[in-house]
Amino acid sequence: MITLHINGQPRQFTGVMNLVELLASLELVGKRIAVEKNGEIVPKSQHPTTPISDGDQLEIVVAVGGG
Amino acid sequence: MDKLVIAGRSYASRLLVGTGKYQDFAQTRAAIDASGAEIVTVAIRRTNIGQDPNQPSLLDALPPSQFTYLPNTAGCYTADDAIRTLRLARELLDGHDLVKLEVLGDPQSLYPNVVETLKAAEVLVKDGFKVMVYTSDDPIIAKQLEDIGCVAVMPLASLIGSGMGILNPWNLQIIIDRLNVPVIVDAGVGTASDAAIAMELGCDAVLMNTAIAGAKDPILMASAMKKAVEAGREAYLAGRMPKKVYQASPSSPTAGIIGT
Repeated sequence: MITLHINGQPRQFTGVMNLVELLASLELVGKRIAVEKNGEIVPKSQHPTTPISDGDQLEIVVAVGGG
Repeated sequence: MDKLVIAGRSYASRLLVGTGKYQDFAQTRAAIDASGAEIVTVAIRRTNIGQDPNQPSLLDALPPSQFTYLPNTAGCYTADDAIRTLRLARELLDGHDLVKLEVLGDPQSLYPNVVETLKAAEVLVKDGFKVMVYTSDDPIIAKQLEDIGCVAVMPLASLIGSGMGILNPWNLQIIIDRLNVPVIVDAGVGTASDAAIAMELGCDAVLMNTAIAGAKDPILMASAMKKAVEAGREAYLAGRMPKKVYQASPSSPTAGIIGT
């Protein structure tokens, strides 16, 4: 069991080794999102090879209506 | 054809619109279609973890293939937050580099913090972004933002969401006269005449959100704004007659009046 801080909230996960597996568990694979891990943007092409470990801080953003 | 050119790309519409404050995506889409806008602003926000991932998204209602997205930095109060937000936007939108920079001063007035705006603009331009920048109607700051390399400078007409119209047409006129990049009035437009006045002053375009979304009938107001921007632009190009104070000039012949 690892604890990740996603969008400022702590959440527990098991069996999540990389970013794609994390996004799959959040049902966000294939969605228009952008991900920052520990303050660094992770390009989409690097999602499968980006390891996830206990304590990581993640920001996952989308486009919403705004002026 | 009289086109708006921003960063080398031309647009037929001189009305840019926001996508916030609508009832739902259907109303958003209908209003934007009625406005004729080609460039639409969007905000970048944290996704709601745990909500139904299959609910509709803004990108479904307004496909990026049909509109030019202008991701903004609304809600950012520092240069660092604005830069971070737009880098995420570029990743989110597959390398899209046309952005709206706004760094705000405080949550009550939403007035731009021009010191932080200048800092962010320098970094973003160097990083390859095409920056359309929201700023105050200070002509010196506007010129500095152009000199930094911003592709459009967007002074406020009045406070964001206030609908107060153009409070200082003289400052806007100075900015329009001195800058070479497009000048776009952003924020404060309340109704169609405000948009027409901005265009008559010689602005290259107008950007608005609340004036449309906050109207009783947003779709009808979107149509009104489309016409106002077009009318104002035509009046500007036509060149208005000079104002004559205390000197009337009859429109009909002065000769041949009966009884004289």
